[in-house]
Amino acid sequence: MTATTHKPQSADFAGGGVTLAGLAPWLIAVAFLLVMPFIFTSNSAITIMNQMAITIIFALSYNMLLGQGGMLSFGHAVYMGVGGFVCVHVMNWDGFFSGLPLPVLPIFGGLFGMGLALIVGSFSTRRAGTVFAMISLGVGELIAACSVIIVVFFGGEEGVSGDRTYGLPVFGIEFLQQIEVYYLIVFWLVLSALGMFLFSRTPVGRMANAVRDNPERAEFLGYSARWVRFYSFVAAGFFAGSAGGLFAINYEILTEENLNLATSGTILLVTFLGGVGFFFGPIIGAIVFTLLQTVLSLQTELWALYVGALFVATVMFFPGGLAGVIMMHVPPLVLGKLHLLVKPYIKVLVPGLVCILATAGFIEILFHARHAALGDDEMTLYWVTFSHLNPLPWIVTGGLAVGGFWLARRHAPELAEAWHEANTDRRASA
Amino acid sequence: MDLVLVNLIDGLVTGLLLFMLSAGLTLIFSMMGVLNFAHASFYMLGAYFAYQISVYLGFWMGLLVAPLIVGALGAGVERYGLRRVHQYGHVPELIFTFGLALLIEEVVQFIWGKDQIPYEIPGILEGAAFAIAGNTIPLYKVFMIFLSLAIFGGLLFVLTKTRVGMIIQAALSYPRTVEALGHNVPLVFMGVFGVGTALAGVAGVIAGPVLSTFPGMAVVLGSIVFVTIVIGGLGSLGGALVASLIIGWMTTFAKAYDMRMEDLLTWMGLTKPEPIWDSAWQDLWTLTSPQVADILPYLLMVLILIFRPYGLFGKRDV
Repeated sequence: MTATTHKPQSADFAGGGVTLAGLAPWLIAVAFLLVMPFIFTSNSAITIMNQMAITIIFALSYNMLLGQGGMLSFGHAVYMGVGGFVCVHVMNWDGFFSGLPLPVLPIFGGLFGMGLALIVGSFSTRRAGTVFAMISLGVGELIAACSVIIVVFFGGEEGVSGDRTYGLPVFGIEFLQQIEVYYLIVFWLVLSALGMFLFSRTPVGRMANAVRDNPERAEFLGYSARWVRFYSFVAAGFFAGSAGGLFAINYEILTEENLNLATSGTILLVTFLGGVGFFFGPIIGAIVFTLLQTVLSLQTELWALYVGALFVATVMFFPGGLAGVIMMHVPPLVLGKLHLLVKPYIKVLVPGLVCILATAGFIEILFHARHAALGDDEMTLYWVTFSHLNPLPWIVTGGLAVGGFWLARRHAPELAEAWHEANTDRRASA
Repeated sequence: MDLVLVNLIDGLVTGLLLFMLSAGLTLIFSMMGVLNFAHASFYMLGAYFAYQISVYLGFWMGLLVAPLIVGALGAGVERYGLRRVHQYGHVPELIFTFGLALLIEEVVQFIWGKDQIPYEIPGILEGAAFAIAGNTIPLYKVFMIFLSLAIFGGLLFVLTKTRVGMIIQAALSYPRTVEALGHNVPLVFMGVFGVGTALAGVAGVIAGPVLSTFPGMAVVLGSIVFVTIVIGGLGSLGGALVASLIIGWMTTFAKAYDMRMEDLLTWMGLTKPEPIWDSAWQDLWTLTSPQVADILPYLLMVLILIFRPYGLFGKRDV
């Protein structure tokens, strides 16, 4: 990860004090989260936002390992899942749960996630890189497989379910409605995001970055790379577990699916898509991914194919993720040369976008032609209804795809030149 | 005793199949230092390509051509994908192959659909080869054993006796020196990647008809292949062979013999709680060996990584 990660903006916090500039993003984010339900009032929108918030916590916790500690984990879903299962069991523990306010519940998930991370981390954090990745994969598969065997705790195939409304009411709120759950999740989201951010500013969090970049050098400075990794791992386990607790509150059911390799892989995808080099990267990733997952999956059966292609393209061309792409524009902005990029961007991105949309359209027609029921040749694409037997849509989408690609390719050198120009500081070179 | 022999043969088939996958994976790892997460996806592609070819030209053409296509695809992935990602470091490489595995699964679903496809054993290989005390051994299993043994023989010969093999072995240990001697090391890397994925393709072609060909077949075998080369020691071909056979036999025997935890616990002097479904330990008491057969390799890997991170025969740290 050494080449892709950028130095965090330590300048803002150099004095260790709280500045307005450092606080502003947090205040804006909180205000935004509080207002969101008034803008998107429908129930489905709130369901999506709940899912988004839980994914954000989970992705941030994952980035404590991948982005800040340089540990690639293929089994992070296990800590979230175990935390969630514990919370459902607490929910079902009548005598105890009726005296427990619901907002406190995720702490139990967090503690158990942390406990599991303590055990696994004690041997898996000895080395980073491939060993860590393989142990995390092995432990992940082991626990996911155990979920079918240990029926008492994991509930076998059908999972375990609970009812969140049996908890002690908080100021008369029983969390019957989605919107009440939304504010509970937002409360935890802000709390955990702040916690994770502050963790990254502690000496341990700073040393995690050092160990990620150069473990040998950190050892020479007198720090144990292993213990630094261990602390990050345990903290990540806590936040993953509390995300699991929120999942339990939101969905009231946990199954084997919450533990398996597919979920662990998804969170890697989310985090990397958002960008591992910056604290806010996973947040963007979680928002974009949840939107893709919910909105795109309503439109097309092939959404996973597009997301997969997007992921591979991100790894190949933008290893910094979306956050990396955004932060690339800071130097031109500082130099006051951002306007130079507008025209080349339009020249390249508009044909590029046309090319991508047309390619997707072509794939959709192909998919329909291959897999639709016999005799069903009507399909609707981009608000146009036509028959896939008609050659015209094939020609149009195919032609637009090739043409868009050609145009974008043609203007690419111009963009590269403008990019170079926008990043050159004339005053400095003069 | 006869049953033991039958299980030995079954385990051997599984083990050799695993070895065909892990041999390529471990070779690729020792060259480039990257674990190819998409390796099992190439195995799946092998099965699907072979099916598509067998529809038109029959099984044998599929066996011949499909691995070549898979190998060419693999070489292309190395040339245009991995080589590009290589500059960012090892972790992005691992993530790239992981994403590739996801993408290949989706593409396969796109082309061939989500259901199992009717890829079947050719007529000439149907039926039983011989029988051991009433248990028939299918001819196809014998064919699988001999084909894989022939391939390993060929691989061993190429690696140890030919000039190309010498260059590959040298490039494994001292890539820079080999490059300085005028050999095209990136080409060697691409070739090894291609051959490794082609081997996975062969495994897919012959395993497809017996293990069924469906879009999830890469996931089923994918992580087990990793486990195999980690247990055997990364980069060690011999280790991969031993680990493959251990895993093959271990899972086969655990599935064939219904060993119960209950017997073990009673033997240890514990009494079974009654009624069992009320007890918190019910899962422990009702545990049987077929249930845990599939997780035994993972358990073994975690133990190996804790106590001997080099693997059984590995020389270098993972």
